[in-house]
Amino acid sequence: MTRAAVIRFPGSNCDVDALRAMERAGCDAYFVWHRDEDLQGADVVLLPGGFSYGDYLRSGAIARFSPVMRAVQRHAADGGPLLGICNGFQILCEAGLLPGALLPNAGLTFVARTVTVHVDNVDTPFTAAYARGEVLSLPVAHGEGRYVADETTLQRLHDRGQVVLRYADHDNPNGSVAGIAGICSEAGNVVGIMPHPERAADQAIGDDPGHRFFTSLATWRAERPLVST
Amino acid sequence: MTTTAPPPARNLAGEPTASLALAREHNLTEYEYQRIVTLLGRTPTFTELGIFSALWSEHCSYKHSKPVLRRFPTEGAHVLQGPGENAGVLRLPDGWAVAFKIESHNHPSAVEPYQGAATGVGGILRDVFTMGARPVAVLNSIRFGPLSEPRNRYLLAGVVRGVGDYGNCVGVPTLGGEVVFDQTYAGNPLVNAMCVGLLREDDLIRAKAEGVGNILLAVGARTGRDGIHGASFASEELSEESEARRPQVQVGDPFTEKLLLEASLELITSGLIVAIQDMGAAGLTSSAAEMAERGGVGVELDTSRVPIREPGMSPYEILLSESQERMLVVVEPDQLQAAQDVCRKWELDATPVGHVTDDGLFRVVHEGIVVASIPGRRLIEDCPVYTPDAVESEEAKARRQAHPDRGPDLELEAILERLLDTPTIASKSWIFQQYDSTVQANTAIAPGGDAGVVRIDTTEAGLAMTVDCNARFVMLDPYEGGKAVVAEAARNIACSGAVPLGITDCLNFGNPEKPAVYYQFTEACRGMGDACRAFETPVTGGNVSFYNESPTGAIAPTPTVGMVGLLEDLSCRVPSHFQQPGDAVFLAGDTKGHLGGSSYWAEILDFVGGTPPPVDLEAERRLQRFLVAAARARIIRSAHDCSDGGLAVAVAEAAMGGPSDDGLGASIDLSGYAPGVAAPALLYGEDAGRVVLSGRPDREGELLALAEDAGVPLLRVGEVTEGSAGLRLTLADAVLRWETASLRSHYFGAIPRRMERLQANQMEGA
Repeated sequence: MTRAAVIRFPGSNCDVDALRAMERAGCDAYFVWHRDEDLQGADVVLLPGGFSYGDYLRSGAIARFSPVMRAVQRHAADGGPLLGICNGFQILCEAGLLPGALLPNAGLTFVARTVTVHVDNVDTPFTAAYARGEVLSLPVAHGEGRYVADETTLQRLHDRGQVVLRYADHDNPNGSVAGIAGICSEAGNVVGIMPHPERAADQAIGDDPGHRFFTSLATWRAERPLVST
Repeated sequence: MTTTAPPPARNLAGEPTASLALAREHNLTEYEYQRIVTLLGRTPTFTELGIFSALWSEHCSYKHSKPVLRRFPTEGAHVLQGPGENAGVLRLPDGWAVAFKIESHNHPSAVEPYQGAATGVGGILRDVFTMGARPVAVLNSIRFGPLSEPRNRYLLAGVVRGVGDYGNCVGVPTLGGEVVFDQTYAGNPLVNAMCVGLLREDDLIRAKAEGVGNILLAVGARTGRDGIHGASFASEELSEESEARRPQVQVGDPFTEKLLLEASLELITSGLIVAIQDMGAAGLTSSAAEMAERGGVGVELDTSRVPIREPGMSPYEILLSESQERMLVVVEPDQLQAAQDVCRKWELDATPVGHVTDDGLFRVVHEGIVVASIPGRRLIEDCPVYTPDAVESEEAKARRQAHPDRGPDLELEAILERLLDTPTIASKSWIFQQYDSTVQANTAIAPGGDAGVVRIDTTEAGLAMTVDCNARFVMLDPYEGGKAVVAEAARNIACSGAVPLGITDCLNFGNPEKPAVYYQFTEACRGMGDACRAFETPVTGGNVSFYNESPTGAIAPTPTVGMVGLLEDLSCRVPSHFQQPGDAVFLAGDTKGHLGGSSYWAEILDFVGGTPPPVDLEAERRLQRFLVAAARARIIRSAHDCSDGGLAVAVAEAAMGGPSDDGLGASIDLSGYAPGVAAPALLYGEDAGRVVLSGRPDREGELLALAEDAGVPLLRVGEVTEGSAGLRLTLADAVLRWETASLRSHYFGAIPRRMERLQANQMEGA
């Protein structure tokens, strides 16, 4: 059974949601407290949404210094699948595991609604079960989700297909450059996204377009028989 | 136990001697001060005077409302905890229970909207998680003067940001609420926040100090000088000087709240503690005194051990501080270490500050000196109770008899557009899109409809919730208006397919010492109580907020009701909006064309008066049962209550107000409906007990049979159409048409258009 570690920072508030989404996808999911340095043999690591340390300074700016992040860095460097959702994405950028940064929304208010996104890259452990170009309706809920990066970085992201999720043209909720809603690392194993697929992953409460983010790992591995994680 | 008499209480050096003049400065009357002197058999110390002034404030003591509140129905087989605790608790299936409560934070929000609203949310969350419940939803009822005034736009923006920043950070979804704009709130906005939490029935814990020798533990934030006398501030009228009260408004820290939430729930579910209570209004004083009173014990507090934010704080300040995110916990001595370890894990201080005693005294020691020593029970129970005269004002009687003296300047079509463009009726999406509504991943019906619905943890069941109050009805006829408030809430719950279970109330009124205000209060409560009895939805608690007055007078009486309901099978839930073209549209209930107190009169004719629509409680009950039965039979696709703006607004909202990009249309034929009722009254009258439904056309017979069995008038009036077909209403002598896009622009644009200027300013500042 795939072992999924969900990292809990003080202030994480989508930790249970992420854990349950992984469980529904058939994983053995468990929490790892931010003070721990042992990921307990995790095959996949999730940084859930929330307001780590209150995010009073800059979203994710403190969490990157948590002891657990050393283990997370090693996991990523070894090619292990790592997904950051919302605050998790912000932490990945602050930690240098993904390029660019997330600034306050262009409208300067918190935005919580359903947005339309395109799946641009299906060659990651979290999107392999989608079709390229597939259109999804996913909830967003954030105050600092405006993705920015310098020209060179943006060009590189596009050239190497590192844009994973993109807001539909009329539906960019935060003013992200090039409509970027999610990106991956060069190797593809580290993914950060602003939308919350774990909140749209259970038919009991509605449509579940987000479910496959959590089942993609099996597909991704099957496509890469030689890669072991 | 040793029997040495404790030394008498005395003032610390430099503290003023208590006197009648000083008591008056503390908002105590001469009668109350004399009562304190008699009770103690001596002059109180300065610290004691502070303690009495807080606990005998209206906010803490309910001294003007107790006799009236006692007449509410509070019992039922499913009531686990009625009024008197931090929150009411009702039993749900499979060992689950729901804790819920609504509370006001009006005065703080009037002078400092952001922090006032944020700490209002913080306080209500703590009331729920101190019962052992995990908060699963927040709702709010917020009311301001018209958005044409810059001050009201500032207040709205600040309150919304405050509610959002706090709830979003803690990670509790906002599931609904109401937003009202009316001149009556221009000098005194209302901010009422409700929290709903879920717990295992076994984990229910009460705030009752027990066990002589047990330790009192202060957990959470340190105590600062903020919010001193907040409870007293809440118990006086707003005035020009209120602005100077800004330092009495507390400052919220949602991150600490989140840690406190997790630590408290861990302490409770692990069975490590005896009792827990929020240090809310009147801070350490009320939490310690109330817990002791419930347990029939005494307490001794050592204020010099309370962790403080700045040096030199006096016991008076420490006892009355309303610094946020603090809990008082009672723990047995041999569990102290384990309890402190839990708090430390969540990065919180947990400091012993006192213990439970057997002498029944509320005693405070500071650096070895006894500064307060009061018989604890009498401190709570001897607070005077007042029953002022209740007399309806002549002005109110005349208003009810009045009629508008002119007709509308607008055509029937334009009236609907104007009503949809009225901020109170218009879509509130500008507001609720700033609140996280999907965190916790259990939201089954998001805000924007009749009731919000969350799944109960990972079960098959759901919990529906709503807050409601038509204050115009209550102002015009407090008794019928009080009934209408509860009936509307129950109708909203039933529209979602849920069975109404119980209510919490937030009773916002003016100065109760005025007979006209006290009349409104007693009559509105009588109406609410009668409705709750008829629906078997007991009152489980809530809050009274008097003195909602500004120099321009009292607000319209606003008894906000928060209601919860149970959906045994979540998959039977019913949304508010039409779902697909071709579905049949039905109208349930009777239309008499009642225009008294209507939005049509108020917004189109600029006239507030008349008799509000009477409420037939038995008919409402039948309607609720029918809605639940129809939902269970899975033969309806939507249900939407007719309220502000009447039938035309309800049909328009159901058709074009949904979340889909283009909305839907509807073709409705009312040509043979309610004969004898004139067009404006038919379209815009606000008769109670009516619901617009849509359902599968092939199940029409079943639905009509179900209605007949239930004794509910039900008529098929049309069908759902594509959005491109617009809205079409056929009357006996006219056919009215609207384009969906135009209606949507009015409905969704009303609030953003009015807030634009403010937003533009914010953008410039960025």
